[in-house]
Amino acid sequence: MTAAQGKHLAILAAIWAALIFAPYWMPLFGGYTALGSRVLVLGLGAMSVNFLLGFTGVLSFGHAAWFGLGAYACGLALKFVAPSTPLGLVAGTLVGGIAGAILGALLVRRRGIYFAMVTIAFGQVFYYIAFQWSSLTGGDDGLRGFARQPLDFKLFQIDLLHNDVYFYYFVLVCFAAVVAIMAFILRSPFGRTMIAIRENERRARFLGIPIELHIWIAFTLSCFFMGFAGALYALINNFADPRMLHYTLSGDFVIMAVMGGMRTFWGPLLGAVIFVVLQDYISSVTVNWMSFIGILIVLIVLFFPRGVLGLLRQRRAA
Amino acid sequence: MSVLAVRNLTKRFGSLVAVRDISLTVEAGELRAVIGPNGAGKTTFFNLVSGFLASSTGSILFEGRDISRIPAHQRVGLGMARTFQITEIFPELTVFENIRIVTEVAAGYRLRPWLNRAEAADIRRRIDETLALAALSDKADRLVGELAHGDQRATEIMMALALKPRLLLLDEPTAGMGDQETYEISQIIRRLHKDNKLTIVLIEHDMRVVFHLADRITVLDQGGFLAEGTPREIAANEAVQTAYLGQAA
Repeated sequence: MTAAQGKHLAILAAIWAALIFAPYWMPLFGGYTALGSRVLVLGLGAMSVNFLLGFTGVLSFGHAAWFGLGAYACGLALKFVAPSTPLGLVAGTLVGGIAGAILGALLVRRRGIYFAMVTIAFGQVFYYIAFQWSSLTGGDDGLRGFARQPLDFKLFQIDLLHNDVYFYYFVLVCFAAVVAIMAFILRSPFGRTMIAIRENERRARFLGIPIELHIWIAFTLSCFFMGFAGALYALINNFADPRMLHYTLSGDFVIMAVMGGMRTFWGPLLGAVIFVVLQDYISSVTVNWMSFIGILIVLIVLFFPRGVLGLLRQRRAA
Repeated sequence: MSVLAVRNLTKRFGSLVAVRDISLTVEAGELRAVIGPNGAGKTTFFNLVSGFLASSTGSILFEGRDISRIPAHQRVGLGMARTFQITEIFPELTVFENIRIVTEVAAGYRLRPWLNRAEAADIRRRIDETLALAALSDKADRLVGELAHGDQRATEIMMALALKPRLLLLDEPTAGMGDQETYEISQIIRRLHKDNKLTIVLIEHDMRVVFHLADRITVLDQGGFLAEGTPREIAANEAVQTAYLGQAA
């Protein structure tokens, strides 16, 4: 094993240790377990956006659409189909992913700013549907009347609703599974074609890669991840509302990815930590918490364009 | 059967005719140079053949099959590879990673979620072969963007070659190079032509390279066909001399 590989493993071990022991060390710094769950889920959303942005080079500014669809599908499944947490997750993942696959097919010929604009437009369509269709979605008040259910393993049950620590570990296991799938895809021959497209689309095309097909697959995968994250988010709050579909949330995910470092795998999670923790602390002091995030993002983009993790990585290489 | 047969190829951009009624035939194993003054339509011609642009009229036959309406990436799949006038590579990846992407695509693994052990070993062996061919093995772990211009060019040519093409299109392979680098790239091209019997069409401005390498030369001028022949015939052709001198005057 080389020194670089050793370092890589040590960093991975540190990340997972921090996540696994979070319910124990976070209270020391004034955190609470539910905050940890929120960081994980929003971090998963940011990583899904970055799966497309950082590794395929395609900027979607409407990814909250698939996140929100996942949340609503999860809530509606729990409310109307059957009270089962896994069912809610599967429903959210499928609805977010399939909607993404269908609309993605209309998107893949657009590039750059045009792609971003059309994704915003699609996202806003879902926002207004959720807003207007009160009888199903609860409209502006949001979707209520569902709650995460205990995990039933026949021999024993795990109560996710009343025990925040159990629920945190449930979220962590879900997070780990999706992140493992992402990492696996990025290391595959297909994942390398994504990176080829990010690096140089023209070259990739003239190596015989059908660009549109590959972007569509990457987009669709990221929508499935996003739907899953949205379903988890609905379970955190036992609630889904139209703002989960709004483009400002899409923007938040992009901000998390850029702050953390979009060329890195773990960067968006770090971005989510910074974003969510700052939001939590500053919003208890002032309602203008967003302006502090704004200043921070300007500083990061100006001085560390590769994000916080990208900066750390550069330092190490130098 | 000829590898490439172009029939009455025309490309219009609005009222501008960039390529006018060009026909040419390239036989298997031939090295054809396409030359002409600036604005002669050489690169447009390449872009039509490789599928980067769609032709207005005319046909392009690759190994007897009409490819003029199929997309670029499928032409690559049929056995046609190209390089660009301005080097097109993956600059933030290493030489090894650049070649690996092509090798996996060429092996038909581009949609695969994983490779088994035998497939991975086979890919590894083919990458090493390709690297050795252009003496890039010791630079395999360097980022391509950090390499000298000549090595970047060599990497690009090797990427095209890793596709195992039956027709290689090179757009000004020695553009912007010093004498030493020009010499090295021409040696690589010469080896591909003589040893690997590869059919090559190249656009080139450096006449030493053209006359050193080419079996036959096609001259374009202002979008149209001007002359075709062996290097000796072209050197003696008055119309060609006028086209070049006329532009210089």
